[in-house]
Amino acid sequence: MEKMTKVSTINGRTMFCHLDAPANAISVCRDATQVVVAGRNIFKIYGLEEDGFVERLNLRVGRKPSLNFSCADVMWHQMEENLLATAATNGAVVTWNLARPCRNKQEQLFTEHKRTVNKVCFHPTEVHMLLSGSQDGFMKCFDLRKKESVSTFSGQSESVRDVQFSMKDYFTFAASFENGNVQLWDIRRPDRYERMFTAHTGPVFCCDWHPEDRGWLATGGRDKMVKVWDMSTNRVKEIYCVQTIASVARVKWRPERRYHLATCSMMVDHNIYVWDVRRPFIPFATFEEHKDVTTGIVWRHQHDPYYLLSGSKDSTLYQHMFKDASRPVDRANPEGLCFGLFGDLAFAAKESLMTAPSSVGEVGRKTYPGGDRRYPIFFFKKPDVTEQFAQVSSALSVFESEAGSAVGMDWFIKTAQSYLLSGKPFGELCEHNAQVAKRLNRPQESTTWTMLRIMFSEPANPSMSANHNLNKSGNLPLVNSFGMKEMSAALNERNKENRQDNIHNLDSNHNNNDDNEETEGSEGQAEYLFGDAELDDDDLYSMEHENPAAEETEYLLPQEAFPIRHEIMDHPSAPEPLQEKPESPHVSGSEAESMCLTPMESFSLISVSQLLFSPHLPPKFFCPIVKEMLCYYAEQGDVQTAVSVLIVLGERIRKEIDELTQEHWYMSYIDLLQRFELWNVSNEVIKLSTCGAITCLNQASTTLHINCSNCKRPMSNKGWICDRCHQCASVCAVCHHVVKGLFVWCQGCSHGGHLEHVKDWLKQSDHCPAGCGHLCEYT
Amino acid sequence: MVNSEKDRASLLRVKALASRGRLDTVSQQMASHPQYLESFLRTQHYILYMDGPLPLPYRHYIAIMAAARHHCKYLVSLHSAQFLRVGGDPSWLQGLEAAPPRLQQLDHINKVLAHQPWLTARSHIQALLKTGEQCWSLAELVQAVVLLAHCHSLCSFVFGSGSDPDIAATPRVPHGTPPGFCLCDAANGNTTLSPAPGAPAGKTQRRRSLDSSCEVACFREQIQKEEKERKGDRKGVSQTLPHADAEEEEEAMCSADPSRFVKDPEFGYQEFTRREEDHFQDYSWEDHGFSLVNRLYSDIGHLLDERFRNVASLPFPHSPDLKRAIWNYIHCIYGIRYDDYDYGEVNRLMERGMKLYIKAVACYPDSSKTPLCPLSWAPVKASEKVHVNVLVMEARLQAELLYALRAITQYMIA
Repeated sequence: MEKMTKVSTINGRTMFCHLDAPANAISVCRDATQVVVAGRNIFKIYGLEEDGFVERLNLRVGRKPSLNFSCADVMWHQMEENLLATAATNGAVVTWNLARPCRNKQEQLFTEHKRTVNKVCFHPTEVHMLLSGSQDGFMKCFDLRKKESVSTFSGQSESVRDVQFSMKDYFTFAASFENGNVQLWDIRRPDRYERMFTAHTGPVFCCDWHPEDRGWLATGGRDKMVKVWDMSTNRVKEIYCVQTIASVARVKWRPERRYHLATCSMMVDHNIYVWDVRRPFIPFATFEEHKDVTTGIVWRHQHDPYYLLSGSKDSTLYQHMFKDASRPVDRANPEGLCFGLFGDLAFAAKESLMTAPSSVGEVGRKTYPGGDRRYPIFFFKKPDVTEQFAQVSSALSVFESEAGSAVGMDWFIKTAQSYLLSGKPFGELCEHNAQVAKRLNRPQESTTWTMLRIMFSEPANPSMSANHNLNKSGNLPLVNSFGMKEMSAALNERNKENRQDNIHNLDSNHNNNDDNEETEGSEGQAEYLFGDAELDDDDLYSMEHENPAAEETEYLLPQEAFPIRHEIMDHPSAPEPLQEKPESPHVSGSEAESMCLTPMESFSLISVSQLLFSPHLPPKFFCPIVKEMLCYYAEQGDVQTAVSVLIVLGERIRKEIDELTQEHWYMSYIDLLQRFELWNVSNEVIKLSTCGAITCLNQASTTLHINCSNCKRPMSNKGWICDRCHQCASVCAVCHHVVKGLFVWCQGCSHGGHLEHVKDWLKQSDHCPAGCGHLCEYT
Repeated sequence: MVNSEKDRASLLRVKALASRGRLDTVSQQMASHPQYLESFLRTQHYILYMDGPLPLPYRHYIAIMAAARHHCKYLVSLHSAQFLRVGGDPSWLQGLEAAPPRLQQLDHINKVLAHQPWLTARSHIQALLKTGEQCWSLAELVQAVVLLAHCHSLCSFVFGSGSDPDIAATPRVPHGTPPGFCLCDAANGNTTLSPAPGAPAGKTQRRRSLDSSCEVACFREQIQKEEKERKGDRKGVSQTLPHADAEEEEEAMCSADPSRFVKDPEFGYQEFTRREEDHFQDYSWEDHGFSLVNRLYSDIGHLLDERFRNVASLPFPHSPDLKRAIWNYIHCIYGIRYDDYDYGEVNRLMERGMKLYIKAVACYPDSSKTPLCPLSWAPVKASEKVHVNVLVMEARLQAELLYALRAITQYMIA
């Protein structure tokens, strides 16, 4: 209770004051009314008033202060309020008595360390005991009543970065080292440490005992980690680990909050973070006031969790109020999405979002509020009273893929394998691909290919194609007339959903619904419709007035290559002279005839005798439309179509689409192909791409791991000499030099060498150049 | 123990030789400290050839620029050849003016870092990073700075070990696979020139007998002999692949005067005038330099850290105190003073000749100028001299890096 009243007397606000020089460390006195700031050129005591810091005392006296005043660390005794200790950069340990009557408060000077002293620490309960840790690798324990240290502890390793007396065990202290080790010592046994473990890779800059939990030690290191160790067991165990973004300079447990600790960093990052160690991914609170690295942090009172003091290299001293801290968790996104191995989709979101009126659940959607046996719920945490995080209870929905439906991405694989991207005239390629798409029951893609062929092929014989054109072009307005309205409606609908998030993309990539196989876009859509209730309120409202069935029918309509027609409507006639066409380079000339000779089924049904426009539109004319179409496909997640068209069209369209977008498409498609282990297709795509960034993919990871030809062991990382048998591997049998380029070898006797040499050799001789007697053959 | 050390050293040399076709004098010298040599080679390989934001020709060109500051012909010609080999534009080698403006911009920081690194300031970094057509990215700049510091300090080593003057005698073994030097033969101590392709019999046999304990001397002898013979009948090596000759020419061409890569050649080392406020202990390699450099140029921090550690752990024949004295003395020359060191110790432990030697090697590693002081220091053992040279190099490298990285930190904070 006494505790509580004491705490309640502390009040204040977030405030700061300018110091004359950068601070290296700060410490508060026991009653939380004063703070001492120490640095290379500063050593002052400030009073903590309600509305600001007040300078009370400058301990740096003398005209030319000695290096003993240059402090690396400072600590205010927690029992004796007039007693301070500093660690000087020249290796001295100095104690200061504020009760001394003269200006110079220096009391004792210990110059036993040979190098900079990094840390001093008073015993929490013993008045006269002081511990120091130095760059020279030694820790020394001083009895302030004596002139010399009473014991010296040798870490037998590199520099000591921090020493801390245990809060609970009278005799124990922990020391952290530059080589990553942490040692536990018994103050009575200076000959060797009690235990030692490696806590970090690289220096351990700081450690801090838990104020309540016996045996919990937090350490922070240059490896950007904060780790919490449980020392109470036989084996030291890492129980929590927090990954920060920069090397950790200081760590301090928060009073009265069992799981909280504050950290600041040594470099680059100037913020102070307060972490809940159970939530290691996002700081519980952040203080962002400092402009340079924070060098010292200390909780103002050992039983008050709301005030944090900090000193910084930017020469300011801050008091941070917890209520003014920024809370990164408030800005974090509480939704999560994940795919299962078999195409199941799990989606978790705040319950408040999930309780919105859901449309009728269909095809395998199941909601598991609060968890299900089959899906052990890691996100549904038991409310913990000590936990300060806003309780977010999430609901999980799992969209299961239907058993018996076509397995996953069959269509994708088949398409990828059967599409032809090069090696034939343009028209044939289009024709082939159209057939492929059609076989796989994807009429929209099929029509797209057909349209492309028509648009970009060069009419060889004007009269013929004009004839022919009657059928083709005539049908355009017709389609438009009946297709347009619903189509745009559907489009709007789609757009709305598209912006939502990438669910859509994922969805379309992994979907299993067989009835929607024609287009990826609509596929994602369809699935989406059934499940949409969970996803977003906005969307819900926009969908409410339509019933799913109606939409589904709507869906099928636009699949007649709608984006293309739309544009054509706008420019019904734009006759162009024939000569202007060939400005776009063509894959071959023979593609022309293939153009319109065979009416496509989709068109043949309709015949209009009116010639709306000349058939000789330059292919360029279509580019904006095609570009739009490609973007549409990519947007829909069908990057396959986008990339395939891109490759087949080649120069015709390339310049229309900016490099970055192309690159992005290529990357996505290649990634997909590789996931399905379609290495050949993926390689073909890489080869055919024109983006520099893509083609160079083939240059990457070209490492070939080889075994030594003598001892048959794997060769080491680099070099031409085997580590084990100390011989040159892959030596040319002809010239006996290491082969560093093309190596050709006989499959019969496995001897070989430089391509040129072996070739020359075998011109003269039938026998293997290695002299093994094998009759090699060079073909 | 000694034997395994030796083995290790020779293996390293063999590897270096096999992969680069030459064993440079630097590696030969360092080979008396194999553990250090390993980390040195690894770092050098990483910054010159491995992942990094700068294109390979740039890296070598920066190395040329750095070496030219100290008129180190050896390194200039070495990197000129490598510059061409990685596809650099030969016209750049005509001089700094011919290089892209971006590289020319680097000249200033190169100059400052080479001679008076304490002048490195935020404004230099800012000027380079200022957005514009020719601007540097932070990551590129960090790699460039590491390269510069590495090459500057390597100049000190080259100068100290006397590798530079005997450029003419430097083995110039063509790279790649063409004949002219056969590794197996060298290892056997067999000095026949590369065999005519018509005599393969027994070759495999001989290859198997490759002895792991081949000695440096053997190599050197071999290489030099080789060199002489090659020089003798350059015409006779017509069976070499055409590009070998081209390379030969290239190298001959690039071993020309380094001064064309230098602007303001008068700028040199000046005594650091001690300014009280410029204490440097607040920026240390372990705490600050490492984190920053590793953040901006991944993995280099670990490699450099290993280098510094290896140097620190090299057994010094006399005492660790002397070692620390040398290290701190070099840092002191470069304006980095430590509170916790008594600089009187430097004078107590180091004789005058040694001090002069170290200062000359650290600050004036320029054989084209008459040395300010005679290099009178003569250690008992050659390996000792190498050790001191390595210390000079590493201390200098760290000092330069610290100044450069501190400037970058200041830039980032502002």
